[in-house]
Amino acid sequence: MSKKYDAGVKEYRDTYWTPDYVPLDTDLLACFKCTGQEGVPREEVAAAVAAESSTGTWSTVWSELLTDLEFYKGRCYRIEDVPGDKESFYAFIAYPLDLFEEGSITNVLTSLVGNVFGFKALRHLRLEDIRFPMAFIKTCGGPPNGIVVERDRLNKYGRPLLGCTIKPKLGLSGKNYGRVVYECLRGGLDLTKDDENINSQPFQRWRERFEFVAEAVKLAQQETGEVKGHYLNCTATTPEEMYERAEFAKELDMPIIMHDYITGGFTANTGLANWCRKNGMLLHIHRAMHAVIDRHPKHGIHFRVLAKCLRLSGGDQLHTGTVVGKLEGDRQTTLGYIDNLRESFVPEDRTRGNFFDQDWGSMPGVFAVASGGIHVWHMPALLAIFGDDSCLQFGGGTHGHPWGSAAGAAANRVALEACVKARNAGREIEKESRDILMEAAKHSPELAIALETWKEIKFEFDTVDKLDVQ
Amino acid sequence: MPFQSTVGDYQTVATLETFGFLPPMTQDEIYDQIAYIIAQGWSPVIEHVHPSGSMQTYWSYWKLPFFGEKDLNMVVSELEACHRAYPDHHVRMVGYDAYTQSQGTCFVVFEGR
Repeated sequence: MSKKYDAGVKEYRDTYWTPDYVPLDTDLLACFKCTGQEGVPREEVAAAVAAESSTGTWSTVWSELLTDLEFYKGRCYRIEDVPGDKESFYAFIAYPLDLFEEGSITNVLTSLVGNVFGFKALRHLRLEDIRFPMAFIKTCGGPPNGIVVERDRLNKYGRPLLGCTIKPKLGLSGKNYGRVVYECLRGGLDLTKDDENINSQPFQRWRERFEFVAEAVKLAQQETGEVKGHYLNCTATTPEEMYERAEFAKELDMPIIMHDYITGGFTANTGLANWCRKNGMLLHIHRAMHAVIDRHPKHGIHFRVLAKCLRLSGGDQLHTGTVVGKLEGDRQTTLGYIDNLRESFVPEDRTRGNFFDQDWGSMPGVFAVASGGIHVWHMPALLAIFGDDSCLQFGGGTHGHPWGSAAGAAANRVALEACVKARNAGREIEKESRDILMEAAKHSPELAIALETWKEIKFEFDTVDKLDVQ
Repeated sequence: MPFQSTVGDYQTVATLETFGFLPPMTQDEIYDQIAYIIAQGWSPVIEHVHPSGSMQTYWSYWKLPFFGEKDLNMVVSELEACHRAYPDHHVRMVGYDAYTQSQGTCFVVFEGR
């Protein structure tokens, strides 16, 4: 059926607001929290978001009659109130699968959170959630190894992984840096981490670091009889340099490397994940810059979307916040997105901030990494919140020990194992946390001192971004 | 107070992964951990190896995995039988999870010499 070209400006809602539409299983669904300019009707705002993030532009154009826009357009199919908020509302938008290149998270985000976020008719806009259709998921590589393979390679079962970031985060020479890695690993940590700020600066070029760290990892492994690793940060100036560093880590026989997926970019991340899959390398993912994007409750992208995107782009571990430490994060919300990192199916649950059923199919799971301002006293709560498929990282809580990093590491390891043992024996570890830790400290002077050192430290501030529930 | 008198010397210890940093478990504590394995729906598996091979991926099975075994006492008597047969070997208890094809848990019960 042919249409006539009618130049001019049409209201978006005539084309893009389709409340009778029933989304297809292959549609990519998105939920946006919209705050329009005063006086603009909700349907018009929602339709504008659908249009500007898919096929629409501000004016009717003749060339759209060369195609079947009905087939390609995004549609707003539902509008909902935001509980306890009169000025904003949720818009649910369905995008046809063919709008996106196979396996390209970059392409999905360029459309969904592109120009539309600067659109003048909107005061604020926040992408709350995406339901990725199985048809798209099957085109993504996902985690290069996943939780099961990572456990098998590292020989760690029945408990969370234990790690820490090397501190001070900047300024150590390669040899001094390797010393700190060695101290942590010989003390009982499984993994240590390059701080995200460490790339290849004048005080410590990357090759220097990689060589000394490799020696430290191998020595600690030999002396303790356990499998050890260090996340060698391969985030670099160019993709070529990133791959060069990854290749060198492999040459040194190291088990795991690291990438910063938001500052580095999704294209680089997906490429590196593919390299890791091909080369049997584990991939740890840092999330610098996420809070710029995800912390404002009305504008930006919620972290659950960034977490889902990472699982598709590829990574074996992802930072998720700690709930209890120094960085922002509400408990229910965190549980909602760590489910999306690890499970094969996550049902819609607004009390956890999940707006859609999400089927992950056979996509491997990603370890949730809890890091930032945590210490031994937090151990029972961390185990209760994050469960076994997590990596708990104590930076200050390791190096800040009065006897040094090795003793700090041992204190954390004892505390972790005591909590796991108590949980398995049926004890309520959060309620009985004090007893469990004090009992364990009787056999460990390192833990006793750690408990004394950090007994007063708490981070009790209100969460800025709360779930929209009443 | 001089620095040296307050700082302890941390000696590296060779350990055998999960629970390696806790004191040896009492019999009741071992029972609790096996009960946890059974309650999770995992299959108990007993493995052993000479200490010189402790870093190998594969330790020897004791018999076969005890698929579907729910009897705590049966598992304990098999652990003891394995230890008697290989007194100088490490003996570990694995909770095998067929759904994930992974080990739900794994810890050493008897340390060999």
